[in-house]
Amino acid sequence: MLSKIKNDVQNVGHLTLELISGIGAVFVFLIVTLSHSATSFQRFSLTIREIFFSGVLSLIIILVSGLFVGMVLGLQGYETLQTYGSSDSVGVLVALSLTRELGPVVSALLFASRAGSAITAEIGLMKATEQLSAMEMMAINPIARVVGPRFWGGVLSMPVLTAMFISTGVLGGYMIAVLLIGVDSGAFWSQMNAAVDFSHDVLNGLIKSFVFGLAVCAIATYQGYSAAPTAEGVSGATTRTVVSSSLAILALDLVLTAFMLKG
Amino acid sequence: MNRATLNLWVGIFVVGGFIALLFLAFKVGNFAGGNLGETYSVVAHFDNIGGLKASAPVKSSGVLVGRVMSIQFDTKKYDALVTIRLDKRIPFSSDTMASVLTSGILGEQYVGLETGGEVEMLKEGSEITHTQGAMVLEKLIGQFFISKSQESGEGAK
Repeated sequence: MLSKIKNDVQNVGHLTLELISGIGAVFVFLIVTLSHSATSFQRFSLTIREIFFSGVLSLIIILVSGLFVGMVLGLQGYETLQTYGSSDSVGVLVALSLTRELGPVVSALLFASRAGSAITAEIGLMKATEQLSAMEMMAINPIARVVGPRFWGGVLSMPVLTAMFISTGVLGGYMIAVLLIGVDSGAFWSQMNAAVDFSHDVLNGLIKSFVFGLAVCAIATYQGYSAAPTAEGVSGATTRTVVSSSLAILALDLVLTAFMLKG
Repeated sequence: MNRATLNLWVGIFVVGGFIALLFLAFKVGNFAGGNLGETYSVVAHFDNIGGLKASAPVKSSGVLVGRVMSIQFDTKKYDALVTIRLDKRIPFSSDTMASVLTSGILGEQYVGLETGGEVEMLKEGSEITHTQGAMVLEKLIGQFFISKSQESGEGAK
């Protein structure tokens, strides 16, 4: 009995240490990637290629989800605000919840599962097929050649995708609230315009999404680069990317929101 | 996929992002509305500001003429020191009255200005001396009860 408890406590300790060392390893990897960025940017076409794969190809899912999230917000918001007789404020509700929270978080979660997992799988498979070792043999630094462009491609795409997500979301809310339900169009836009502050709401939302992009891309590239060079290793790394970057997004969101609301 | 097509798509992506940002700045947010152009700032002491917040609107006759820049606590007079930015094109007389008002029943609080008759105008850094703080619900209810009890007391006589 006593040894079982001891075993459990040991497991907890082991998991905690593993978690902390994992966070530390991602940070070290991030710093290494950043220090090789200058070399990566010398061939900027590689980064543009990655912006295409992580950004442009994620557009469909981002735009469609943004539209639906906005529509649902419009519908739910109207339903609730109507009980208080202030259904005109539905635009404010849609715009504020999208710019402050839902836009950055949901688009980052989608990005992590759509592009982050792809980055991990690609780098992991390159490692499994010894392409990374082959590069090192040719005196090409794989961090500068493979990791850097993928990292920056994702980081640069993330705020753009978020801005588009929020915009389509607001249009979705407009479609439901104004075109379908019949809230006054002037009240919808003018109340929204008065309530949403550009620097406090929109820019803070984009700063959030930039930080989420950093976190997702750092985790995705690290997991790919440190994956065991086997089929199981790559599949496990892909799963870990999605799980840990989703958790990182939500945890970072809490911290960032606490700081931003204070300021 | 060749490089030209790739560049084209990424270009469309970036331009789309900029359009989304402009939409957010001007249609959704008040990037233009919050901009007052050239301003001058004046200060005012209030005994109670209620729920007034920094960047709250300053209105005269319901028209936006400025914004609250900062709210501090004055440890000399033990009241609230509110700094207000006003549009330079709109001069107010130096005996302007400032009061903390509420738009609607549950609306946000703003500073209302009523200009006076003085010839001298407010300048950068000058102080609005005639002020009226926010109404506090508890005090209003208290006053209501006092006047009610006085009325009933008189009725008993």
